[in-house]
Amino acid sequence: MLRLVLGRLGQGLITLLVLVTITFFLVRLMPGNPYTDEKAVPEHILEKQKEQGGLDKPAIVQFAIYLKSVVVDRDLGTLFRKPTVQVSEIIRQAFPVSALLGILSIGIALIVGLPAGVIAAVKKNGPLDYACLAAAMVGICLPSFVIGPLLAVSAGLGLKSLHVAGWNSPADWIMPAITLGMINAAYIARLTRGGMLDVLNQDYIRTAMAKGVPGPRIIVRHALRGGLIPAVAFVGPAFAAMISGSFVIETIFQVPGMGQHFINATTDREYSLIQGLVLFYGFLIIAANLLSDLAQIALNPRLRTA
Amino acid sequence: MSETIEKGSSLWKDAWHRLSRNKASMASLAFLVLIVLLCFPGPAVLSVPSPTEIDLDHPASGPSGEHWFGTDYLGRDLFARVLYGGRVSLLVGIVATGVAVVIGLIYGAVAGYAGGRLDDLMMRGVDILFALPFLVLVILFSLVVDEPAAEFTEWVIGATGWPRDDVAPITTLIPLFIAIGAIGWLTIARIVRAQVMTSKKQEFVEAARSLGIGNLRILFRHILPNVIGPVIVYTTLAVPGIMLLESVLSFLGLGVKPPNSSWGILIKEGADRMETNALLLFFPSLFFSTTLFALNFLGDGLRDALDPKSSKD
Repeated sequence: MLRLVLGRLGQGLITLLVLVTITFFLVRLMPGNPYTDEKAVPEHILEKQKEQGGLDKPAIVQFAIYLKSVVVDRDLGTLFRKPTVQVSEIIRQAFPVSALLGILSIGIALIVGLPAGVIAAVKKNGPLDYACLAAAMVGICLPSFVIGPLLAVSAGLGLKSLHVAGWNSPADWIMPAITLGMINAAYIARLTRGGMLDVLNQDYIRTAMAKGVPGPRIIVRHALRGGLIPAVAFVGPAFAAMISGSFVIETIFQVPGMGQHFINATTDREYSLIQGLVLFYGFLIIAANLLSDLAQIALNPRLRTA
Repeated sequence: MSETIEKGSSLWKDAWHRLSRNKASMASLAFLVLIVLLCFPGPAVLSVPSPTEIDLDHPASGPSGEHWFGTDYLGRDLFARVLYGGRVSLLVGIVATGVAVVIGLIYGAVAGYAGGRLDDLMMRGVDILFALPFLVLVILFSLVVDEPAAEFTEWVIGATGWPRDDVAPITTLIPLFIAIGAIGWLTIARIVRAQVMTSKKQEFVEAARSLGIGNLRILFRHILPNVIGPVIVYTTLAVPGIMLLESVLSFLGLGVKPPNSSWGILIKEGADRMETNALLLFFPSLFFSTTLFALNFLGDGLRDALDPKSSKD
């Protein structure tokens, strides 16, 4: 187990290096540059700006400088258009907001989604199954930019204590967390139902029933372990995506999270910000996927000999 | 999807037999066929008004004999916009999801079955693709594919003689379809891999191996039918997200260009004007949600029908 974790951490470092390299050159392939503006900028000014930002050097030299700054100085650099703004400062301000929203949402998603999926599987084709499925589908099929405004109008105006815009007090957290959580609750419920149905058909469950293990105990002790695997494979990357921000949710509820920076940095061609965000997000993805794989091994004894 | 499993297998016949007894699934299937008929040959058959003709004298008017769903804020016929928008949304859903499932199924199955170094290498590749900024990829992708897509547009018009206004809004979206599909397979690959890793340790695989059956045949003939359930469930789950991704990208100016529309764009337009005219939100949402609802019911029915173990019941 320790060897697996250490091995994966080593692989993770290499993955990050490859990721940074690919991103660095990809962003420079996009048309335009950080200094392109809606107004036409005179050529000599553009040249001067590029020189100041270091963009006049060959790409490979720029990459060497960037890599040295990240690895040796632990510095993600500054914005091209606003050289006083640190990339790390932007992440430091936006990440806690997105992380809090993501944790609340995944909490809601798990609390609602897991029991719903298990109940639906156990009561397969019964009224409870259809009720859970239908509720889950509403969560998936109604796009968040419909649920969001609807929640905002109905609950936000009815219950004055829940705020529908901004991010200043716990009352602001609930609406976006529910909106983001419900979508993922629906995914988790559906995947759990599918996984549980697969497991409940297996021989070892029949054996447990035959030797008289009580129903709830079979479900919790025997079936749940295997039934959770598809949901766990989904939750890993989904959690990483949720704590690093959702553009749509942030736009609807005016949450100052990381999702907007991903979009704006790309449209503004702020290379250093894109690279910084990708590096940070890549780290989260690798960590979340490792945890998700470890959880799968813990849940499924068959994987352990691998 | 059906190509990955050998034809002539009775699995599909059994599955169809089981599916046809599932009333909810068959009703969903019929509904989906109806929606597809409405959106593709529908506008010509029903001779609906033009979806792009602006009539500023009658903005946001309610349903009437002339405009079945009323008009939008620019006086355009909402029924026509919903049907033409449906073409884009349905195609994004089908094409992008198809690309994602085929890549994800093969990639995840090979990684999970091979295990060891190859699995590590392949899954770290997935990690990298997960973390690459999606928007950057779409922008770059459209740069590369724009020209072939334009040529393809001309080819389709030349070959079929369909009017340019019907063909161009869809064929210019091909880069978008491929880009969305190229990202969408990542989660499918992870789910397939997890399932294959579980299945390959089971006794029936050992039995197959001891009979001297080759790796490829074990993987595609014996293991994949056992992992298809979660894949179908996830796929039908992923379609709404994929359709909505299109509207987010269109919102950022990277997908459907106005005056063309899609369900996602119409819903977005409707949500922005929810307080003045709720019908602008209601009709597109109704089509979008009921289609996805039917699709998910069908997906669940398929999952139950394709489960190789359910023949025991």
